[in-house]
Amino acid sequence: MILQGRAHVYGDNIDTDRIIPGKYTKTLDTQSLAAHVLEDLDPDFRLRLQAGDILVAGDNFGCGSSREQAPLALKAAGVSVVVARYFARIFFRNAINIGLPVLEVPDHNIQSGDALEVNLLQGTVYNVNKKTTFYATRMPEVMIAIVQAGGLVNYLKTHGNYDV
Amino acid sequence: MSLTVVEKILSQKTGKIVRAGELVITPVDGVMATDTTAPFAIQAFRAMGGQRVWEATKCALVIDHAAPAPNERIANLHQMMRDFAAEQGCHFYEIGEGICHQVMVEKRHVQPGFVFMGADSHTPTYGALNALACGVGSTDLAAVLLTGKIWLKVPSTIRIICHGQLQPGVHPKDLILFLTGKISISGATYQSVEFTGEAFANMSLAGRMSVANMLAEMGAKTGFVHPAGLSLDYDFEPIIADDNAQYEQTYEFDVSDLQPQIAAPESPDNVENITHHIGKKIHYAFIGTCGNGRLEDLQAAAAIIRGKKIKPGVRLVIAPASRSVLLDAMLDGTAYALVEAGATIINPGCGPCVGTHEGVPADGEVVISAANRNFRGRMGNPRAQIYLAAPATVAASALYGEITNPRDV
Repeated sequence: MILQGRAHVYGDNIDTDRIIPGKYTKTLDTQSLAAHVLEDLDPDFRLRLQAGDILVAGDNFGCGSSREQAPLALKAAGVSVVVARYFARIFFRNAINIGLPVLEVPDHNIQSGDALEVNLLQGTVYNVNKKTTFYATRMPEVMIAIVQAGGLVNYLKTHGNYDV
Repeated sequence: MSLTVVEKILSQKTGKIVRAGELVITPVDGVMATDTTAPFAIQAFRAMGGQRVWEATKCALVIDHAAPAPNERIANLHQMMRDFAAEQGCHFYEIGEGICHQVMVEKRHVQPGFVFMGADSHTPTYGALNALACGVGSTDLAAVLLTGKIWLKVPSTIRIICHGQLQPGVHPKDLILFLTGKISISGATYQSVEFTGEAFANMSLAGRMSVANMLAEMGAKTGFVHPAGLSLDYDFEPIIADDNAQYEQTYEFDVSDLQPQIAAPESPDNVENITHHIGKKIHYAFIGTCGNGRLEDLQAAAAIIRGKKIKPGVRLVIAPASRSVLLDAMLDGTAYALVEAGATIINPGCGPCVGTHEGVPADGEVVISAANRNFRGRMGNPRAQIYLAAPATVAASALYGEITNPRDV
């Protein structure tokens, strides 16, 4: 599975209030979440974002609330994958569970606007502009199985139970 | 074989010795979701093919984040929760019963030694009573509803030892703000934390919950306050780490000279002694939340403002953590003292902490709050600033309209 898109780069400790403010979270309509994604961090993000683009961040992306609305908002807005040095633990699980690919890449020099090619199963991020490849930390097997199923709903629909 | 607390509980639950770094699938003793997380969890449960939850008596739904409903959209989500709870026969807590975490403890849905999954990031609060409690999202919660199990990586553990006793007028919230500043917002990511030492031994259950509540602000998966001195209104088996348990890191602090603490915008780990912020003008003061909305928090505030009036032009909003807290505060005169001094008591629940209703700050306003988060936009307005402090500091600041050391009042 190879994803291609332009990078939008942000810094460390982007919390879930900045990803989707709490006042918008009480809904089942993911498009209404997408309409406000990253609103308090970068109000223009929505305008620049093109379907398939890649969000890149530093340390501890998604810290704070357990709201699954955060990865849902990013996914519904058209973000294809999130790459960060590392993720806050609940966000990481939530993203995998709802089928938003996330890669933990401890070392990268990606800048906004760089064209990226992400190979999810190999866990590599190729920076087309800089002609360099970065490597992701390997996920636990159970997570890889959930990613391959397209999320935890599909995984459990198929397996009926955890099968590891 | 020496084990940390988290290793002990997971070994007990899975029936084999497990150590940090191992992946386990563990049975779960209880789950909870709120009106922020339950609707997506119910939707995911159905999509997984779920018909009946694995054990209805172990499941609870709580309406606390936007209660009562401020609009028709949220009213319908609340209705979805009522319908699901009635259909499944699981525990259901209506508006006004209180904040999920307070209710889970008061109603004994979580007890020492339990593995508990809550669809709210502040679920590690139950580390106050020796439970292994983690925050999860809606889909993970749905998976527990279906299977009664969850997969977890056994976390490594950070030990935080606090020597000395807190001085009078310095509260557990000041201690945990101080520690959050030291450990940082990412310092315990994926890990368990054990709080131990003299400073915790005399703490009430409320104080211990206030401490464990901010595990989430260190990034921790779970954590535990050492049970020495813990008193519950039922018998329990305390769980303590073995002498030679392996810690990833050990921090030691002498907190006998600790001053009241302040977390300045826009992160809960942006913490300094109150002396750096004395005199900062505030417009709005808030006491409540799963961090500090309990009876002793309200009593600490009442002790500061009883018989006085808050500064004209300042709003003081108080949201008791539960119906039971509100009743106790009414009975012992705490609520009367607060309201007489000019406070507005709102219904038990999360109140304005999540920015949905019941007190959104205006542009340019400065809020002092006893909550646990001060991220930009947290209370519903990205153009307001939030300072975090203990309830006594919030009350003292409401009295003078500026950040005030409660020990000087």
